[in-house]
Amino acid sequence: MATTEKYVGQPVLRKEDPELLTGRGRYTDDLSVTGMLWMSVVRSPFAHARIKGVDVSKALEVPGVVAAFAGGDFEWAGPLLMAWPVTDDLKNAPHMPLTTDKARYQGDGVAVVVAESRGAAMDGAEVVDVDYDALPAVTDVEVATEHGAPIVHDDFGTNESYTWSLTNGKVDEVFANAPVVVRERYRIQRQVPNAIEPRAILVEPNAASGHFTMWSSTQIPHVLRTAMALATGIPESKLRIVAPRVGGGFGSKLQVYPEEALALAVAKKLGRPIKWVETRSENYLATHHGRDQLQEMEIAADEDGKILGYRANILANMGAYLRIIAPGTPVLGGFLYCGAYMGEAYHVSITGVYTNTTPVDAYRGAGRPESTQAIERAMDALARRVGKDVVEIRRMNFMPPFTEATQSIGGLMIDSGNYPATLDAALEMFDYEQLRKEQQARRDAGDVRQIGIGFSTYLENCGWGPSKVIGNVLQYAGGGWEAATVRCHPTGKVVVITGATPHGQGGETVYAQVAADELGLKVEDVEVLFGDTDISPNGWDTYGSRGAAVGTPAIAQAAARVREKARKIAAHDLEVPENEVEWKDGAFRLRGAPDVARTIPETAFAAWRAHNLPSGVEPGLEGSAFFDPENLVFPFGAHICAVEVDTETGKVDVLKYVAVDDIGTVLNPMLAEGQVVGGVVQGIAEALFEEAVYDDGGNLVSSTMTTYAIPGAPDVPTIDVGMGSVTPSTTNELGIKGVGETGTIASPPAVLNAVVDALTPLGVTQIDRPATSERVWRAIRDARGGKGGRA
Amino acid sequence: MIPAPFEYARAESIDHAIELLGGADGAKVLAGGHSLLPLMKTRLAQPSLLVDIGRIGDLSYIREDSDVIAIGALTRHHDVANSELLQQAAPIVADTAEQVGDPQVRHMGTIGGSIAHADPAGDMGTVMLALGAEFVVRGAGGASRTVAAGDFFKGLFHADLAPNEVLTEIRVPKTAGGWSYLKFHRRAIDWAMVGVAAVQRNGSASVALTNMGETPMRASGVEEALAGGADPATASARADEGTAPPSDAFASAEYRKEVSKVLVRRALEEALG
Repeated sequence: MATTEKYVGQPVLRKEDPELLTGRGRYTDDLSVTGMLWMSVVRSPFAHARIKGVDVSKALEVPGVVAAFAGGDFEWAGPLLMAWPVTDDLKNAPHMPLTTDKARYQGDGVAVVVAESRGAAMDGAEVVDVDYDALPAVTDVEVATEHGAPIVHDDFGTNESYTWSLTNGKVDEVFANAPVVVRERYRIQRQVPNAIEPRAILVEPNAASGHFTMWSSTQIPHVLRTAMALATGIPESKLRIVAPRVGGGFGSKLQVYPEEALALAVAKKLGRPIKWVETRSENYLATHHGRDQLQEMEIAADEDGKILGYRANILANMGAYLRIIAPGTPVLGGFLYCGAYMGEAYHVSITGVYTNTTPVDAYRGAGRPESTQAIERAMDALARRVGKDVVEIRRMNFMPPFTEATQSIGGLMIDSGNYPATLDAALEMFDYEQLRKEQQARRDAGDVRQIGIGFSTYLENCGWGPSKVIGNVLQYAGGGWEAATVRCHPTGKVVVITGATPHGQGGETVYAQVAADELGLKVEDVEVLFGDTDISPNGWDTYGSRGAAVGTPAIAQAAARVREKARKIAAHDLEVPENEVEWKDGAFRLRGAPDVARTIPETAFAAWRAHNLPSGVEPGLEGSAFFDPENLVFPFGAHICAVEVDTETGKVDVLKYVAVDDIGTVLNPMLAEGQVVGGVVQGIAEALFEEAVYDDGGNLVSSTMTTYAIPGAPDVPTIDVGMGSVTPSTTNELGIKGVGETGTIASPPAVLNAVVDALTPLGVTQIDRPATSERVWRAIRDARGGKGGRA
Repeated sequence: MIPAPFEYARAESIDHAIELLGGADGAKVLAGGHSLLPLMKTRLAQPSLLVDIGRIGDLSYIREDSDVIAIGALTRHHDVANSELLQQAAPIVADTAEQVGDPQVRHMGTIGGSIAHADPAGDMGTVMLALGAEFVVRGAGGASRTVAAGDFFKGLFHADLAPNEVLTEIRVPKTAGGWSYLKFHRRAIDWAMVGVAAVQRNGSASVALTNMGETPMRASGVEEALAGGADPATASARADEGTAPPSDAFASAEYRKEVSKVLVRRALEEALG
């Protein structure tokens, strides 16, 4: 059926939901193969220890255990892929799937046990005898750079892997002559990603053909296929990677994991299928972590608060090994330490540091939550310093609105922007003046419970794309294009094949919306296929808010090719020259007689039968496209948060939260709102709750959901989302920016600024993250000179 | 996440449970499982045998027994929270049950399991202490004994229960005066970082603390000050006397002590106000 109904911009219900919400989605752990064995990984309990020997003999005595291997039992074709050497002199220690010389973090794999059941594999793993010689560990990024710190990789003689820097303008001169310089120091605590579905792998070998199929709960089946070929030596042509239903990733499944290589290698050794499912405890130790930076942030300004320059020095904790894009993760924020603001000079320096901790890599926002919190908190510090309102300080420094790509002082060519518009919209939704009055009343009354209001008027870059830019400017090893095929079946049903593998975002829905609009079809007549390298062989997968911004333009382009071919067939069928038909209201219509028309399903049927095709036109109706954008995309917005702080206990409650994000063209407002709400909640968690803590020995103390505080529904307020500001991107024809990470990027500084604002009358100007009740209580006590008591 | 191997037996009656418990070293009672199973999954607890008493129907009840409310040990938190009898005659018990965990936990976890587990961060033990409740314990050969809440909690996860004894009933005195249970926690679903129960009983105030030492404990300094005529603000300054709270990933001992003073004052203001 053809239709004139347009889907882009409509709150179309998620196509994937009936399956997922009724429990019929098939995740990797739902899959079994005859003859399957289970794998369990023996992990180092020490953060840093020399391995003197591994004896697996006791494991082999456990009933059900089939085999056990130490690191030395494997021969690898190469290390696990590290794809982003941000500098030429970066020190990269090749990361092998099992370590043989030293354990470098608590959870580092030293052996695997394979058994007939999951329980037997775990019982076997428990009795593998590893002779460790424990060494002093270093977990803190600053301590790791000090003289005499334990060295994670002995050969380097240092824990510093690289220093990436960027300088625009006369930075030293600007700072030397500036009347006002604000200096802030922030610690970005480490986060543990907790996708609801833990990682899971199933490998099925075909001993006769030498083919391997791997099902993995991954965001990146395409990248993984290449990386597995490099690590195991199995040719890419004999490897099929399938990401079935994936229950969340947030960057933690944008990775090439040791267990994936191990499952393949063990399946190859034993000639039997191998399954591995991560436990939640392993998720804490062995799935990569996020954030963990120490930031020194400076702003130079004139007496009025007009900003002249930015200077940021960042120590970024990489953990024990450099994972796939770890060095580049902080660099993704490296151009954004000026936020949406103007200036004359800009300098950022980022040093990646090895420590005896779980490797750190991309986590929702990847580098941009870090830079955003630095600049947005420093803006408040500047406002306090020059005696300006936090709204005023932002307004006077915003880049003015622009609709064509414009250069920022941070060095980005920004696609389009209208920063005051989102701020105005957010202020209106928030009822700002009223809350300020309420705040003043509580201050005047010396109320135990004080109110604070915080802003974050962020700018970010996403839509991980332009291959030339990410390759030549950022030294990323991979590409950034996206691929799509649109195939019309004879009855007019359409299949869209995408390489931008969704895993919970609603990609199936928005991809179908775009294709349906391009072809004049019902959204339910479009099926979206993805996540299987045999079905969608080309692509770079989903992360960095690229599904909509890079994935959908490829689909639109492929659909346009289908339409171009269909136009020829339609004109031929109507027995008129091609220029006599026009695409209008979802069909090819004769000019001047629009009721004489041919729809895509009609042309698809004609193309399939091929009884009467125009000369030179091949049978079949399908089109493929590779879309490589010319630029990134740059969402922005204004988030405002009100908190209530109990000044006796330090407890913080979020009272109200407003988010206005300008994401360019909105494909599906319901899904966009969901992305913002989820992102903001994740950011509130980062500001107030979640913190990965290591003790001095390098033991992960917050290693369970009991000790790592992921908030629940009762702990966060309703998030009010405004979608009224739309400034189309100039990067793609659809005008899309990207919404997957905006909430997580924007929200932490809004919350933290609100906490500090509540306590400013008490003399508090700084709160470490997360702002737990004890941290807030200590800040109040310290500001009062060590005395407790009421506000 | 996968427990070490263990045997499992379902008890048909309390005496059957006691018999099973007496027959194995390292046996543990399984009621709602919400304290024990997480410990087993992380292999911190490795019992040889689980004796499941969850299906013994006659241990789930709430009934009036002259000036006492008797609560069967297998009564779920949800039923305690929603008991009209408790809401009327011992409202602090119902209110506290509503603050335990989340709805799923409250539908599975039992009041007896929570008390017998003797976790100092558990809410119910503190409330029982403040109320001066009594516990009925049944042992081999049908022998029963009654233990005062004040004598029941012996140490960290250690209650006055022999390996072959089962807590069967909680006996709560009716209360007519003011009361308050204030739970301070990081997230709504968390154990108490600090908790305070304050109850007006027989003309005096009884105050007990959660997670301020190895067991639930009375705030005896506060009670003494109140008995001497101090107001809540003054008395609450002694909240941390004799306490030894833990330092863990969520809070330091020092902070817990300070919070206990604030909470005691607020609880007293609620209970006595």
